[in-house]
Amino acid sequence: MLAYIGKRILQFIPVFIGVTLILFFFRAVVPGDPIKLIAGEKAMPDAIYEQIVKANHLDQPIYVQYGYYMKDLFHGDLGTSYQRKTPVVDIFAKKLPYSARLALCAILLEILLGISAGIISAVKRYSFIDALVTVSTAALISVPAFWLGMMLQMFFGIFLKDATGGVFALPISGAGGPTSDFPTWMHYILPATTLAAVSLAYTARIMRSQLLEVLNADYIRTALAKGLSRRAVIIKHALKNAMIPVITFIGIDFGVMISSAILTETVFNWPGIGSEIVRAIGQRDWPIVMGGVILIVVLIMLINLIVDVSYAAFDPRIRYGKKAGDE
Amino acid sequence: MILVALSADLWAPRLLGSPTFIDTTMTTTMSKMPPSLEHPFGTDSLGRDELVRIIYGARISLSVGVLAMSISLLIGMVLGTTAAYFGGIWDSIIMRATDIFMAFPYVLFAIALLAALGPSFVNMFIAIGIIGWTSIARVIRSIILQVKENDYVSAARALGASNLRIILRHVLPNSLAPVVVYATMGIGTAIISEAALSFLGLGIQPPTPSWGLMIADAQQYMVIAPWLIFAPGLAILLTVLSFTLLGDGLRDAMDVKMTD
Repeated sequence: MLAYIGKRILQFIPVFIGVTLILFFFRAVVPGDPIKLIAGEKAMPDAIYEQIVKANHLDQPIYVQYGYYMKDLFHGDLGTSYQRKTPVVDIFAKKLPYSARLALCAILLEILLGISAGIISAVKRYSFIDALVTVSTAALISVPAFWLGMMLQMFFGIFLKDATGGVFALPISGAGGPTSDFPTWMHYILPATTLAAVSLAYTARIMRSQLLEVLNADYIRTALAKGLSRRAVIIKHALKNAMIPVITFIGIDFGVMISSAILTETVFNWPGIGSEIVRAIGQRDWPIVMGGVILIVVLIMLINLIVDVSYAAFDPRIRYGKKAGDE
Repeated sequence: MILVALSADLWAPRLLGSPTFIDTTMTTTMSKMPPSLEHPFGTDSLGRDELVRIIYGARISLSVGVLAMSISLLIGMVLGTTAAYFGGIWDSIIMRATDIFMAFPYVLFAIALLAALGPSFVNMFIAIGIIGWTSIARVIRSIILQVKENDYVSAARALGASNLRIILRHVLPNSLAPVVVYATMGIGTAIISEAALSFLGLGIQPPTPSWGLMIADAQQYMVIAPWLIFAPGLAILLTVLSFTLLGDGLRDAMDVKMTD
């Protein structure tokens, strides 16, 4: 097991170098003079200009610049924001908890609603509920999440507010705090639902098809023939085996969620990593864009590792670090 | 949908007005009109008919979807086929490359690329196309690994056929079905990506009508003109849904077993 974890961490290295190289290449082709972005558009003495060039190693060849960037990166330094003049790490340290909490809420929704919808529609195949789940999940995966978010904003924030005379509404912007009229937890409802929606639909579909497949297996027929109730068979025998691909999907999806949160956070004005990256793109604040993307990529790699390792806990048939025929 | 988009130039402007032309004398009175007989989906903030913009937006979305998918297909097929066929170091290099690209979240890569290159129509479908190739390459690689073990491939080689000829004549035609299914569904994904990127201001630039951009424009008028958000979203939903269903249908017709 330990050997497997070690091997996976070693596999990170080429991926990580590749990702940073690609990003660095992007930075190199960004139009515009970075000095102007750092110091503003105002005219400045040549001496100061030279000083900024030296301080940022911009007089060196690009591969040397990359070396400096990587050196700083391993010291936990992602550079300084052009616009905010504060270290990128500090900015993201403030934003990360918001993004993480939102993603966690969305994952919980995905697990609870997605899995139960999938189970119900598989067990009651061809029923009305099954048709409803199939049609609504097909619609959900065909819709851009940001549009769905706006629809929710319009329904819960505007339509319901008008319809109930202002008695009931859900907050549609921001993450709460002293200036908000709503308790903080209410601010999570709509963004988390939006973020979860597409993944939830995929989860339900995978759960349904897996369970249907497993229910056709011989050992299920054996268990039923033994006289066990259908309920017991589904819960004890079928679910356990149908769950594995679903868990795989949810694990991979956690990473996708963090990045697709960029759109959700923009729609709901959520103070997370995603909306910070979007802001930075608008202002050509490249250290933030680059730092944010690297941060998300590293997060995703870590989550994938945790998911892979935790398989062994769910499925005793999976043994890592052993080659076939080692037994 | 495709028919409507292709024929739009013939009839739409006469009936409903130009999709980009802004009649400045009319903007105040025509702005944000609710749906009516004359303008079935209402008019937008600059007094342009929403339906005509959606029709022209279909051209953008469909062409981005198809072009981006073609790029993905081209890169994915060439790299996937050669990786599987030649194996060895070339195979490992390409598989590591897909690892790197897959570590990038889908949206994030396109955002970073477009932030660097600047938003434009061409940059956008390149960005979307470049992210899509990895899964195609993996799908085709896994199929070709099976196909190339077949006897007819050995037979062709024994007859002295060149590598290129074996790949093009014998291996590829027998591996295409899943790729076609995958590509059809991929067009839908590409259309959603286009909408998302345009929504963030990184894709299509105004005044060209794009569904994502129209939604972004309408966001600030959510309270007074909700139909402006609703209509383009519905257009995306129907288009993507038709590609998904088409993919489903092709999959059943060609009896392809998909793993994901």
